[in-house]
Formats: sequence, C-alpha cells, structure tokens
Amino acid sequence: MAPVKIYTLSTCSHCKTTKKFLHDCNVVYDAIDVDLLQGEERAAIIEEVKKLNPNCSFPTLLIGDQVIVGFKENEIKEALGI
Amino acid sequence: MTEIEKLYDLLKKAQEPKGYYFNKDRERVNDLLSSLMQNKERYGYMACPCRLASGDRQSDADIFCPCVYRGPDVQEFGSCYCNLYVTRAWNSGSIPHTYIPERRPASKLPF
Repeated sequence: MAPVKIYTLSTCSHCKTTKKFLHDCNVVYDAIDVDLLQGEERAAIIEEVKKLNPNCSFPTLLIGDQVIVGFKENEIKEALGI
Repeated sequence: MTEIEKLYDLLKKAQEPKGYYFNKDRERVNDLLSSLMQNKERYGYMACPCRLASGDRQSDADIFCPCVYRGPDVQEFGSCYCNLYVTRAWNSGSIPHTYIPERRPASKLPF
C-alpha cells in the first residue's frame, strides 16, 4: 500500500473523522497536528502543506503522490485501493 | 450543567433565531464546542477549530466562530465548513451532505 501522510489540526472535526476512517480501515499512516507545532518546525510544515494544497486547509492527505484535501471518503478509498 | 452544555444553550438561543441550527449529531457538536473552548484558552478567542489560526487577533478575525464564511456556506451547502451550524434541511436529511470546500481565500492566510 502507498505510504499515507496526513496533515491535521488537533481540534478539527474532519481531521478526527479522517483519522478514525483510516484507523477503521487498518491503514498505517503518519499524522501531523500542525496547530500543535511551534516555531521553525511549524513554519516548515506549513510550507510543506501549502506546496500540496495552497489553501493550507485540513486535513490534507498525501497518499503515495496523490493529494486529497478534506475527508472525501470515496477519493481516499480509491487512492488506497480499498 | 457543564461548560459545554452552557455554551451549547447560549449559542443555540442566539443562533437559531437567525436560521443557524446546531448539527443534530450532538457528539460532533460537543466535540467542536470543546475545541472552541480550547481555542479560546489558546488564543484568547474562539477561532474556527477546522482552520489553522495564527494567534494574531486581526489576521484571524474572519475565522472567529461564527466565521464570516458561515452565511454563504450555509446558504449554498446547508452547512458551515465544520458542520457545526446547519440548516433544518441538512438535519432532516432532505439535502445531500456534501463536503464543504474551503471558502476562505488563500490570500487571507497569515502564513
């Protein structure tokens, strides 16, 4: 399965739903709560998100080399091949 | 009565007469209200929990909950960006629950 990375906010309802969905699908993923970061690390991750999604909205998912913005279940499933 | 219940009652009384109803998914609403309270503690104001706040009051003014995008989002999709405030039609299921795209322009991002 393609590597899955998700950029999230600790307070965001769509981010929580996405994490739960991935967990329920037994998908191993790497998640970063951007709002909990500080200083240079935060600035670097924000730049990373903006490159993938200029609106810098959350969740931003990177599945393999495919970017999905928001909890779009069907698109996520398709990208995961499940 | 918990702080979340108090906030729920306060906002419900203020927002329902304007046509903005809480999502009938109470668990989701409670979670969002808890996040709003968390943001109030973090930033000093209730920044939208579904957006990255900068911590600068002026830059974040458009995303104080209820955000300035709630009106057009509820009008167009029947729900705000977070699915906190919705219309009666959204709650009754008579309109599709589509994903609400981010309406805040990238030019407003303070970072």
